[in-house]
Amino acid sequence: MSEHASPASEPTSMDAFLKGLWKENPVFVMLLGMCPVLAVTNSVVNGIAMGLASAFVLVMSSMIVSLVRKLIPNEIRIAAFILIIATFVTVVDYLIQAISLDIYKALGAFIALIVVNCNILGRAEAFASKNPVGLSIADAAGVGFGFTIACLALGSVREVLGNGTFAGIRVLGPSFEPWTIMALPGGAFFVLGGWLLLFAWMRERKAARA
Amino acid sequence: MATENTTTAPATPAPAAGTSGAKMIMTMGGLGLVCGVLIVAAFQLTLPRIEKNKAAALEKAIFEVIPGATTKTVLSEKDGRLVPASDVPGGMHYYAGYDDQHHLVGVAVEASGQGFADLLKVLYGYSPDDGAVVGMKVLESHETPGLGSKIESDPSFRANFEALAVRVDDAGTGIRNPVTLAKHGEKTQAWEIEAITGATISSRAVTDILHSSTAHTVPVIMSNLQTLQSSQPEGGQ
Repeated sequence: MSEHASPASEPTSMDAFLKGLWKENPVFVMLLGMCPVLAVTNSVVNGIAMGLASAFVLVMSSMIVSLVRKLIPNEIRIAAFILIIATFVTVVDYLIQAISLDIYKALGAFIALIVVNCNILGRAEAFASKNPVGLSIADAAGVGFGFTIACLALGSVREVLGNGTFAGIRVLGPSFEPWTIMALPGGAFFVLGGWLLLFAWMRERKAARA
Repeated sequence: MATENTTTAPATPAPAAGTSGAKMIMTMGGLGLVCGVLIVAAFQLTLPRIEKNKAAALEKAIFEVIPGATTKTVLSEKDGRLVPASDVPGGMHYYAGYDDQHHLVGVAVEASGQGFADLLKVLYGYSPDDGAVVGMKVLESHETPGLGSKIESDPSFRANFEALAVRVDDAGTGIRNPVTLAKHGEKTQAWEIEAITGATISSRAVTDILHSSTAHTVPVIMSNLQTLQSSQPEGGQ
């Protein structure tokens, strides 16, 4: 991670939050945790559910890691972090089943796979294990919501083009022929590429103007 | 002791004061205990909601696999005879579906077996009038996304279960033509299930589940038609 770039002055919670949300967005800037992003964002609802589930695990595990950071011997820290993360993944698994079995079915194995999302272990190791609780929660929430926004960005484009609907509501007329590729895994790459292109172009324009 | 610790890789600087093994085990054990309690608490708190969701999903699936049914009643098997489910605690359920005229249109049965990954649980509807399975829905599956998961989404595979012939033999105790699997594009008989290309194992799993389940349930259904027809529906959708 890019901790070496952290400013010398004491970072505020707001800075930590915004950094993950936009400047170091886990998907659009860091390109981390791509597997669930590409796999389950074939609709708006699935994208939001995946994003929020990951954000929940991220925030909760960062909080606990930060709370117990002084108690955990250095040698076993990774094992301890994984144990904490796995616990919250199991909790979120039950929570999604309780909220909606349809979403649970749609996300399938990718709920259990949140445990290996590198964003989560990354934030625990690079940030939460070295910073106080409040700051760690802000940092995790920033990355978590940044991840959710990215999943939503992919999910909305894929659902509108692949199915003609947005969150189940028809937005394109009946004469619209759905682009099936968008609902398939290949479509995820196209849409991700499109978003990356857009952001790169925006950055370049901003740099050119400065 | 700590001074002779030469086994650690020289690249990683040895911790200033090596933590004792006992402390590491205590830390992991303590953390494990807390995490365990958290998981159990989450399980207990969400269980009622999950059960409710599953029951609602099953209810919906029953009317999906018996096209035309508007009311249902739950029966269980006891020594080869069907009796109200409340008489056989923990027994396998037969969900009899009736249309608006209280005429029996089909019976839904849950069946499960080993899939490609983990347990595969399906619900199928059997129509005694047609002598065929008339609907199938996957209730629980962990099949590979994009391959085995097609058993739920592939339209041509789903078409297998619109009229899958399963008839009892003359003795009334077995199946005349047990359900078998055919390769994609090679289905010739009404009792064959056409496999999905690239998902043969999952297709076979569904076939095996239906094969063994119908072998038992269809003779039971056919020999209890009187009971099924006269059972009072308990309420609508």
